[in-house]
Amino acid sequence: MSALEPARRRSIIRDGLAVGVATGAYGLSFGAIAVTSGLDVWQACALSLLAFTGASQFALVGVVGAGGAPLSGMVAGLLLGTRNTLYGLRLSTLLGLRGARRTAAAHLVIDESTAMSVTRESREAARMGFLATGLSVFVLWNLATFVGALAGDALGDPKAWGFDSAVGGAFLALLWPRLKDRRNQLCAVLAVALALVLVPLVPAGVPVLAAGGVALGLGLVGRDDDPTEVPHQHDLPEGGLG
Amino acid sequence: MIWGAVLGCAVGCYLLKLAGLSVPPRVLERPLVRRIADLIPVALLAALVAVQVFATSGGNGGQHLAVDARLAGLAAAVVALLLRAPFIVVVVLAAVVAALIRLA
Repeated sequence: MSALEPARRRSIIRDGLAVGVATGAYGLSFGAIAVTSGLDVWQACALSLLAFTGASQFALVGVVGAGGAPLSGMVAGLLLGTRNTLYGLRLSTLLGLRGARRTAAAHLVIDESTAMSVTRESREAARMGFLATGLSVFVLWNLATFVGALAGDALGDPKAWGFDSAVGGAFLALLWPRLKDRRNQLCAVLAVALALVLVPLVPAGVPVLAAGGVALGLGLVGRDDDPTEVPHQHDLPEGGLG
Repeated sequence: MIWGAVLGCAVGCYLLKLAGLSVPPRVLERPLVRRIADLIPVALLAALVAVQVFATSGGNGGQHLAVDARLAGLAAAVVALLLRAPFIVVVVLAAVVAALIRLA
């Protein structure tokens, strides 16, 4: 296979950097929300460094911040992380990585790197898009988490700053681009209803996990194909780090 | 406890990513699996929004539903999203609106 032309290479790298800069904003809010939810700065940074998948991280701190057991938060995070498995499936044939390179590349499998890779014209371009986006998001997401966590720590009473309300806004912003589809809309409404009914009845954190059952139920009764969509490039700014 | 959840989530999330790159596609690439995996983030994120906005900790460790400044924050977030505002604007607006209502 031929190597990429320098101009093409530069343009793919530039796209990756732009996506990385955009996700820095998510990282700031994640860091601030994590510490106001009861994590310390190092726990917030460890999550961004080691879990490195935004929606799962937000879910963990959201459940913990609402008073749920950390274990429930972890399970919610893992359920959201299943999305990356499907991205990996799409990427495995496209990138064709083996051995140590695959083991390292796995850490970078997220919404953004997938979106910036599956649209490319060749394996070289796909690899370049995946790597440039994955690495730039990784660096900026982690820097931003650290800065956001320090800022959140310094601000004091989270409620006075409305941080508890910011968490709801963050989840809604992550959900928003997925609500174009009719089945997803139904799923969201049922999940909200179930969670609200359960809030007074079960320990914090459990309503969110129970809502996962709505996905299971709707998936089982669904008949048509509707294959999992990989997020498109133009969906990303409002989409959310996977 | 929190460290355990942080590290457990980190290891699990990495393995989920690696599984996708390593498992033969036909094992997981079934319509049912795809459908459920597609719906899980929707269900969880929707439930997280609801709990985050309406659940309040009670005295005895339990929770109850409450309508307060957070609902106004969520409404502001909806308006921002309808206007296609970037993520950070949505989040900051939700916070600022709730904070201002609490001041008033």
